[in-house]
Amino acid sequence: MHEMGIVLHLAKTLTQTAKEQNIVKISHVTLEVGEVSGILTDYFSDCWDYFKGRSELLKDSVLEVVTTPAVTWCDSCKKTYPTVKYGRICPYCGSGETWLLYGNQCVIRDITAEEE
Amino acid sequence: MKVIELNESVTESNDRDAQELSSQLRGRGILLVNLMSSPGSGKTTLLKRIAADFAGSPKMAVLEADIASDVDAVRMEEAGVTSVQAHTDGMCHMDAGMTRRGLEAMDLEGVDIVFLENVGNLICPAEFATGAQKNMMILSVPEGDDKPLKYPLMFSESDALVITKTDALPYFDFDIRTCEERAKKLNPGLRIFPVSAKAGDGMKELEEWLKAAVTEIKREK
Repeated sequence: MHEMGIVLHLAKTLTQTAKEQNIVKISHVTLEVGEVSGILTDYFSDCWDYFKGRSELLKDSVLEVVTTPAVTWCDSCKKTYPTVKYGRICPYCGSGETWLLYGNQCVIRDITAEEE
Repeated sequence: MKVIELNESVTESNDRDAQELSSQLRGRGILLVNLMSSPGSGKTTLLKRIAADFAGSPKMAVLEADIASDVDAVRMEEAGVTSVQAHTDGMCHMDAGMTRRGLEAMDLEGVDIVFLENVGNLICPAEFATGAQKNMMILSVPEGDDKPLKYPLMFSESDALVITKTDALPYFDFDIRTCEERAKKLNPGLRIFPVSAKAGDGMKELEEWLKAAVTEIKREK
């Protein structure tokens, strides 16, 4: 259900962009999804395939999901480390004073529009 | 064929809607509080208590959001609070557009504070802006003090954390201090209010905070 909600927002954002730029058909969408965004990409693609059929603008589009790594910053030893492997505790110094630098984003990188 | 680089967040259009709704409400001097929690945390009971304590000043209204049914709205109406039920049609959260439509169906004449009772869920509602100026989350004692570890985003996105059902503390292994430490680690500015809506403990502090937020909105109007 979570993925479906995001698909609806994605479709809305794309529809708005298409309107602003006079695009009638989108053939390709590149979505950048962080490793810890909480989005299950398989699920997401299924939801997208279901939903796109309802839209003239999107029905022939291909969705490409690019997963990017999550990186955490340790404020105690000033180092970065891979979030998924080590979680909240810094593998270098054992500190819990850490925060996510990136990896929870869900960004539309680009779209390919068919021209008239 | 042309490629257009967007580099835009998926929720961008919702974020814009939310900002617009927030400033429109501000212009009318109305505070919108987005109330988030898991099902059964005591949201409706808490709101009924606040309504009774406020006794019309500030005047409050409640926008109930559920996947189906109107049991919560009926309970609020019985308590004498203007209430509208919004259905999310299966969606696990409210977004700005749904919130706007819900508010349009309400009589907001003279209303100072609107509570949006979001869908009971600790994950999705945290990811979608609603237009609320304050995010308030509820965690009830029976749910356990480990929730900040499990659902960090909800805790980082909130302005206030209300720990409800403190009258049940003797029966559960819930340590308020541990919970506070875990939550503050995620969000150092978080205000924490342990309350019992049933017994009334801690309600005054929470209500003062809400009243101050209403006053701030009116001042900025």
